[in-house]
Amino acid sequence: MEKRDFHVIAETGIHARPATLLVQTASKFNSDINLEYKGKSVNLKSIMGVMSLGVGQGADVTISADGADEAEAIVAVDETMKKEGLSE
Amino acid sequence: MTTTLKGIAASDGVAIAKAYLLVQPDLSFSKSAINDVTKETDRLQSAIAKSNSELQQIRDIASKSLGEEEAQVFDAHMMILADPEFTGAVKQKIEDEKVNAESALDDVATTFINMFEAMTDNPYMQERAADVRDVTKRIMAHLLGVELPNPALIDEEVIIVAHDLTPSDTAQLNKKYVKAFVTDIGGRTAHSAIMARSLEIPAIVGAGTVTTDIKADQQVIVDGNTGDIVVEPTAADVAKYQQLAKEYAAQKAEWAKLRDARTETADGKHFELAANIGTPKDLAGATDNGAEAIGLYRTEFLYMDSPELPTEDDQFDAYKAVIEGMNGKPVVVRTMDIGGDKHLPYLPLPEEMNPFLGYRAIRISLSRQDIFRTQLRALLRASAFGHLRIMFPMIATLQEFRQAKAILDEEKAKLVAEGTEVGKYEVGIMIEIPAAAVLADQFAKEVDFFSIGTNDLIQYTMAADRGNEHVSYLYQPYNPSILRLVKHVIDSAHKEGKWAGMCGEAAGDPIMAPILVGLGLDEFSMGATSILKIRSLMKRLDTAEMAKMADKALNESLTNDDNIKLVKDTLK
Repeated sequence: MEKRDFHVIAETGIHARPATLLVQTASKFNSDINLEYKGKSVNLKSIMGVMSLGVGQGADVTISADGADEAEAIVAVDETMKKEGLSE
Repeated sequence: MTTTLKGIAASDGVAIAKAYLLVQPDLSFSKSAINDVTKETDRLQSAIAKSNSELQQIRDIASKSLGEEEAQVFDAHMMILADPEFTGAVKQKIEDEKVNAESALDDVATTFINMFEAMTDNPYMQERAADVRDVTKRIMAHLLGVELPNPALIDEEVIIVAHDLTPSDTAQLNKKYVKAFVTDIGGRTAHSAIMARSLEIPAIVGAGTVTTDIKADQQVIVDGNTGDIVVEPTAADVAKYQQLAKEYAAQKAEWAKLRDARTETADGKHFELAANIGTPKDLAGATDNGAEAIGLYRTEFLYMDSPELPTEDDQFDAYKAVIEGMNGKPVVVRTMDIGGDKHLPYLPLPEEMNPFLGYRAIRISLSRQDIFRTQLRALLRASAFGHLRIMFPMIATLQEFRQAKAILDEEKAKLVAEGTEVGKYEVGIMIEIPAAAVLADQFAKEVDFFSIGTNDLIQYTMAADRGNEHVSYLYQPYNPSILRLVKHVIDSAHKEGKWAGMCGEAAGDPIMAPILVGLGLDEFSMGATSILKIRSLMKRLDTAEMAKMADKALNESLTNDDNIKLVKDTLK
């Protein structure tokens, strides 16, 4: 399993467009990918799951991937987080 | 067989085309136990797959015909459709509880909708509840084997037949193919009516049961001048209405010659004819119809068409586009008028017993100053690009006006201190609450102008909801009581050297306009398509004669009907 921590810097948190792009990225991989925030974990391939966490600015989240393509998945998620200005 | 139906003529013109029924099908179902789980999950998969390909198709067409932004809502729908936590949960429920797909879908959707709607501190999520609802409806329709209307897919000329039309319905319509609207309910001020006038297509509203009387694909004639709807017309009917359509087009061409003419009465007095608009896109229609000004720019569409509060820059761009687009001609911008019948998904307002008497317009602006200040800053920045008139809606007391004006002054001072250019502008109020109309003489000392909003002024003076058909007879614009209020407002403005306009439906009404000329109203703001008709009418009027008529209308007439007759007889 691959894990990575992120500090969310985007003013609107993980909402709307950035959330959509994150889910789209995660959905390209076979691994199980989860987003963990405040002790709750949701499927990163689920837009409704991700948005229901209500991740705001300043939040610390952990994303983990488990499966054959877990390494690539984490790299891709990391890229999207940075490209969309969600995290540094 | 040919049948003729009757409704309220809400937008001029004649159209002949096939009916398109924009009605929601019955999606009721009953819960049942199932034995064959695989068969049931297959049924679900197939409904999801069909929904997906349908959405893909709608999305493609919508992005071409309506624009990328409108199309994005369908992306959101497809993502929900692909969401393992959503459709996966439905499948799980079928397997675990051995219930039919319809019932499992409804349960899961309800859970999500409730969860999102409970997030009252997160308006964005609350709005997602509507997306879940839409997607659920689509899957449900496929499960039940009924067809959902997909207005975005219309690709031939049609007449839209609906119970009522909401802004989200009309947003999905490709205006190129829509020849007319016909609705069961509504009046001349319904969204469908206003939309039709801005699109310059005929509309008939409040026609009762058209959604059951008219069947899909039947040929329909809509005469927006008379309110007549002819279903399955004979060849003779078609010929007759084609002739009428031709005559109407000829009259419009005649009016069009007045496009660049100054609005003058027979005795050479000038009146300003302005247009009401909702978005910068309406500007072309206003100038094409010879508007001398924008008398009402309804900024609430900026808020209603956006998934979240529009930013200062977004608003600035819109205001600047309109102000600059008018080339120095005046533009009245009304600050946010939300509440009443207009809601924002991301700005939850308390449920109220009487929303029209409740928390709306300036009342929200004064308590949510963060929203108000953003709007004022955008307006002040845009003032540098032309002739701006800022108008506050729903003012009841002088204190409200003073408070709003003080906030405006503060934001101006801040912008100037930041080195931002602020132009000249006027500050006025909308007169729609009787209290403000009665006290107009005092208001006139402090404001730069008045604009009378007749729809609300009439509704509040008569204590009658204009949307309620049981009391719609009380919508009496020519009632002497209303006219006396209007006269007091105009006279009060003039006494202080200020101007008075009107931005309600009545300003573009051929019975009301002559009375208003007689009362000395300075500015008439209306749906753009009425401007040339009124300009042509004014050419025939003599102001002294109209003043005499207005005096009779206020002091001798007793009823609304007396005054309709008075104007008709005088103009004969």
